[in-house]
Amino acid sequence: MMAWLSQHRAALARAFGRLLAAPLGTLLALLVIGIALTLPGLGWVLLDNLREIGREVSAVQQISVFMNLDAGKKDIAEIEGRLRSADGKWRFVSREEALKRLQASEGMAEIVASLPRNPLPDAFIVEPARSDPEALEVLRKELAGWPKVAHVQLDSAWVKRFDAFLRLGRLALWILAGVFAAGLVAATFNMIRLQVVAQAAEIEVARMIGATDAFIRRPFYYYGALQGVLGGLLGGGLVAAIFALLGGPVGDLVALYGGNFALHGPGLLHFASLAGAGGLLGWLGAQLSVSLSLRKLD
Amino acid sequence: MIVASNLSKRYPGGFEALRDVSFAIEAGQMVFITGHSGAGKTTLVKLIASIERPTSGSLVVNGQNLSALRRSAIPYVRRHFGLIFQDQKLLFDRSALDNVLLPLQIVGLGRRESIRRAQAALDKVGLLDREKANPIALSGGEQQRLAIARAVVNRPAVLIADEPSGNLDAESAGQILDLFVDFNRVGVTVVVATHDPHWLERYHPNVMRLAHGRLAA
Repeated sequence: MMAWLSQHRAALARAFGRLLAAPLGTLLALLVIGIALTLPGLGWVLLDNLREIGREVSAVQQISVFMNLDAGKKDIAEIEGRLRSADGKWRFVSREEALKRLQASEGMAEIVASLPRNPLPDAFIVEPARSDPEALEVLRKELAGWPKVAHVQLDSAWVKRFDAFLRLGRLALWILAGVFAAGLVAATFNMIRLQVVAQAAEIEVARMIGATDAFIRRPFYYYGALQGVLGGLLGGGLVAAIFALLGGPVGDLVALYGGNFALHGPGLLHFASLAGAGGLLGWLGAQLSVSLSLRKLD
Repeated sequence: MIVASNLSKRYPGGFEALRDVSFAIEAGQMVFITGHSGAGKTTLVKLIASIERPTSGSLVVNGQNLSALRRSAIPYVRRHFGLIFQDQKLLFDRSALDNVLLPLQIVGLGRRESIRRAQAALDKVGLLDREKANPIALSGGEQQRLAIARAVVNRPAVLIADEPSGNLDAESAGQILDLFVDFNRVGVTVVVATHDPHWLERYHPNVMRLAHGRLAA
């Protein structure tokens, strides 16, 4: 166990040594990896921001439940009782209150005054606990089936469209991430291949004096993984910088439309994921490269 | 103990470097393999060190049949040998000490103990004061002594050298031979492929002569 640990520690130290031995080359390699991870990272954080907007907006999703004109107090009490036992908030808008509101609207007073009787029904404004499109649709159907309910209005089309947009965005992000991941593996593959060629003499000597394949491969694996982790962190930093630059102008734009949304840059999870993905892809590129390169040296 | 029975080696292309070679080297012996260029000395050394595999016959070292060895087991067998090459195969991107540390890193010895043993090996070959020097800054004789330090640092049971005095002057070659004698005195089996007449004269009873891939009488 101690020998195993000692070998891993030495391999890690050798990998660090190789990274530090050529600082300019290492910096350029990290930039290549960082930039390759920036675009998917940017898309990911952007989608997270959009999802948050969607959550905030859909969180105040309302369903209007209009009663029949002949619905009496007993029918209203029945609906109130049913809504009390359900999750979420609701409030009752009587037909008189609705008429008053209509009258208060600009240019409507005269029109309302000319009406022979109040044409508006009693209504309930329901704010459900769950606001995802599927749950809203289920609730709409249920409310429509309640007694003396004339019409249930739910404008969920935009929620569905927004959800579909997010799904499409996620798919596009996965495709983009796949393409850039392949590029990152290829870049690491080439860097490690050059490393193996440069270390050919050491590999030959090490093999002759009893090094196993694992011993020879290990520093290259660590090198690829380390490079990937550092590149991933650099990518996360670039995403954070881009969001920091965009945050002000986006906030100003949203304010012009009366909103108060603020862009959120990458969090710890984003950084950790980019570093982890970079490390994993670097390790994969190193493994493919070392396997092929060592076979050539055999 | 090294026992070869009808050992043959044919390289791809058809060149037969060794033909039906049989011999036995007792543990603790010091043996010299000699012969003209192309006689098969280096091939025999490589077979004993399990760098090459025989085409036929068997080669048993310390009870282990190297001919039947699985590929994955070869590195572990090689660790029992100390190998010294004519071109030393030193690494010029690191210090003398780091060259000697390599076999200890391979077996996973702790850093502190590794340094202690590497320095002891350098001391033994008279290079402790040059531990920080790059091998390129060392003379031919010093480079060969450094290669010996690397070969013995793992305390091998068998020391195998291929033309270790090939490029050295008489004085340096003499120092190298003295080192082999010292290691042999403490029980290490030493097998040296050489055509150095001084060495062969001094140790003529222990000389194996190869000619055209066969062991001469």
